[in-house]
Amino acid sequence: METSGPADYLTFGVLLLTGFAFVAVAMTANRILRPSAPSADKAQTYECGVDPAPDAPPGRLASLAYPRTGAASPPRDHVGKDWAQVQIRYYVYAFLFVLFAVEAVFLFPWAAVFRAFGTAAAVEMGVFVGVLALGLAYAWRKGVLRWR
Amino acid sequence: MLLELIVKVAAVFAAFLVLPLLVGQTEHKLMAHMQGRLGPMHAGGFHGWAQLIADGVKFAQKEDLVPDAADKPVFKLAPAVALLPYLLVILFIPLGPGDLVGANLDMGLFIVVALVGVGVLAVLMAGWSSANKYTLIGALRGAAQLMAYELPLVLAAASVAVAAGTLSLPAIVEAWNPWWLLWQAPAALVFFTAGLAEIRRPPFDAPVADSELVFGYLTEYAGLRFALLLLAEYVGIVVISALTAVLFLGGWRGPGPESLGWLWTLLKTGALAAVVIWLRVAWPRLRVDQIQALCWKGLVPIALAQLVLTTAVALAV
Repeated sequence: METSGPADYLTFGVLLLTGFAFVAVAMTANRILRPSAPSADKAQTYECGVDPAPDAPPGRLASLAYPRTGAASPPRDHVGKDWAQVQIRYYVYAFLFVLFAVEAVFLFPWAAVFRAFGTAAAVEMGVFVGVLALGLAYAWRKGVLRWR
Repeated sequence: MLLELIVKVAAVFAAFLVLPLLVGQTEHKLMAHMQGRLGPMHAGGFHGWAQLIADGVKFAQKEDLVPDAADKPVFKLAPAVALLPYLLVILFIPLGPGDLVGANLDMGLFIVVALVGVGVLAVLMAGWSSANKYTLIGALRGAAQLMAYELPLVLAAASVAVAAGTLSLPAIVEAWNPWWLLWQAPAALVFFTAGLAEIRRPPFDAPVADSELVFGYLTEYAGLRFALLLLAEYVGIVVISALTAVLFLGGWRGPGPESLGWLWTLLKTGALAAVVIWLRVAWPRLRVDQIQALCWKGLVPIALAQLVLTTAVALAV
């Protein structure tokens, strides 16, 4: 098996620096070329044209959004309140992910050397994968993988 | 030594800048013709070949908008975090035999998979720092999707590593033989599908879902930062196509002299990129629950079974 030397890692480092330089140069060119006309309206959080800021002075966009009511200022309220209950159904997947990610870390070095150890190494990995597959089957059976 | 380093970095960087533009322009034209349109015809004269260059020039002149509510340093850093891992992946993709690879690390495959996994960080950074409900929902969808599909991607890659007995990408291509097309077909399918989900391309574009989430975790981005995030998507197409070609389709291997091997790598990568574009035209977006179900009930079990099969065959042969 050939071995990689420090030179290969050096290339990696130089390329990473080149990448950062690329982004920096692009943003600098942008800074030179772009116009700058900041306004409160532009810096608002995007909200499909409805003024989301509760305490911001009514800007041009806001007066456009409420042309007919004749009110001096739009209703000062978020579209939706600050706190909302959102059902995050994803956390179980995060747990499952961690299990399998740990497995994957062990799989790669094992894949490179298992031929040298033969059947015994294969069976051991088979047991490891089997336990994890069993875990997935259990989660499936328990209905964790069903979106409710 | 120094010259070699400069040539390699320059070549990788050139590929990083040119190939995504080629894929992007191909997407413009291919999508247009699949939908009975012409696509860009004006910029540059001949069939609008300079459209993306013109787009780039336009983006470079656009105002830099950062929302007041945003977490500004994180917001500004996210495009770089999305883009640079893919640049680094290109370093490890062998174009041809011998020295036609940026860096031949013994643990190349491991690093490549790790780099592709950084994408989830960029999605969360962009979505959370924007302080917008659309971006937050998009980022959570994206994080769930990217973490879930990381598994089948990694397991399918591990199957190749077992079959080849090495983690070095050039050595994997050396070990490849046409019989793999059949034997590793499930892994190839799993890898390509999971790769599509990793780069959030249709039908796995629920995190950006323009018809329900405005533009998902990218909603608040404008100007050059948006262009960089868009560039990341197209570098992603190049990277996933090239990795699939190298791991499962034999990379530079093919009829003809080995000195023309680089042409095979590019052809296979290009063909897979065309498939990625085609899927965008042909497939409707999957729902979030369908995306999770496909991963956990489809791809992960298939990848695990493939791993067992690969190990058994590798021991028997």
